Amino acid sequence: MDIKQQIDLANQEAVSRLIQGDPVLADIAPAGQVIPGLQGRMILHAGPPIPWSAMCGAMRGALIGITLFEGWASSVAEAEALLASGEVSLEPNHHHQAVGPMAGTISPSLPVFVVENRAFGNRAFCRNVEGMQQFGDYSEKALAGLRFWRDVAAPAMAAAVHQAGGISLKPIITQALQMGDELHNRHSASSSLFANALAIPMIQASVPQPQLLQTLGYMIGHNLLFLGLAMAAGKAIADPARDIACSTVVTAMCRNGTEFGIRVSGLGDEWFTAPAPKVDGLYVPGYREEDAGLDMGDSAITETVGWGGFVLGGAPGILTLVGGTAEQALAYTREMAHITVTRHPHYLMPAFDFEGAPLGIDIRKVVQTGITPIIDTAIAHRESGHPKIGGGLVRAPLACFKKALARFGQKYVS
Amino acid sequence: MDDLMALFTGPLIAINVGVRDFGLALEQQDVQVIYVDWSPPAGGDQEMLDLLDQLL
Repeated sequence: MDIKQQIDLANQEAVSRLIQGDPVLADIAPAGQVIPGLQGRMILHAGPPIPWSAMCGAMRGALIGITLFEGWASSVAEAEALLASGEVSLEPNHHHQAVGPMAGTISPSLPVFVVENRAFGNRAFCRNVEGMQQFGDYSEKALAGLRFWRDVAAPAMAAAVHQAGGISLKPIITQALQMGDELHNRHSASSSLFANALAIPMIQASVPQPQLLQTLGYMIGHNLLFLGLAMAAGKAIADPARDIACSTVVTAMCRNGTEFGIRVSGLGDEWFTAPAPKVDGLYVPGYREEDAGLDMGDSAITETVGWGGFVLGGAPGILTLVGGTAEQALAYTREMAHITVTRHPHYLMPAFDFEGAPLGIDIRKVVQTGITPIIDTAIAHRESGHPKIGGGLVRAPLACFKKALARFGQKYVS
Repeated sequence: MDDLMALFTGPLIAINVGVRDFGLALEQQDVQVIYVDWSPPAGGDQEMLDLLDQLL
């Protein structure tokens, strides 16, 4: 069998594993209790590995915020000095079966979603989504949001998850895609469906009424509630497709605000990086393009498993957040079919006569066509201390895919 | 030859493959243009083309 045939077989195996993925929310628990290797003074962050000295403003701000939240420092200056000293270990989420939105910071006492892929038995983790601390805002209001999540919402939601015996996420994802969500930045349907699924179990679990009402209010009012679940689900779905010899399928795409990185199934855990691109987007009043930092977050795990920008054509409602026209959104989805291995048989788009989402990014096709994955994303400030400032569209850098293909050649051809 | 000349006696429709500037110049002269997105495989990168020959 020649190498082309071996690659085709390996890629069919990779997408088969992606298709079989069956994500179930099994728990919501403090990260230090559930994430392998997260212990002591350690903070996980988004994107490929990066030292404190090379981090962008928003990433630094988020780390300062989570350090204050943990009580490891009592002032911003103290937190900054501690982080710069190297006494707090900083490691990528992806090295711990985890993902996080924007800066993606996960510390031991922060509750995370625990999603189990019941088809393969692996677990993945993601933190809650909010619009302040993860964007680099370390204000008291931002920290109060984290404390509310830790002390009120997460325990109540965890009680409901336990009561229900886990919440199957695939039916929610399938339905939400047919209700106009793309599962990266538009979660109007999925968040509502998830809140519906949790409401009765939360009452049955006898969560005290004030906590119950506060948590239900939080869930009902949070239109990106499901993003943390979609990301954990994406990671849980993608991980079994790792380490398939000869596969050219991408198993992770992520950004740390300085670099964009990808991993490829047949190339193990090596990162292939390039400078993070600038997002082309729309801004919250009071902010403008000059304020923007570079692309950041692990949330491109959604595109890695065929959601987000890959199904933009089925979710025109998101264009008010990221810009563009409905025709362009349809064109993006058609374009992504040129760089993927197959279509998902269950994640369907009514706007395309129920065609499946383009699935399994093939680095060979990306390099051959020059078409790079399209990602819809939020925008953080280039400096620390700010909340979310906008949203837009960005392309994964072609250089990551060229580097990966060159390494693939070294490993499998010579 | 007659077939070729016939092109210029009827309405002309041009197909522009790749770089759009050529088509835009024709449009400015009231010629109808259909655009085809095209770029050289691997952007013309010979090292990548050699690899793709073996892998795709």
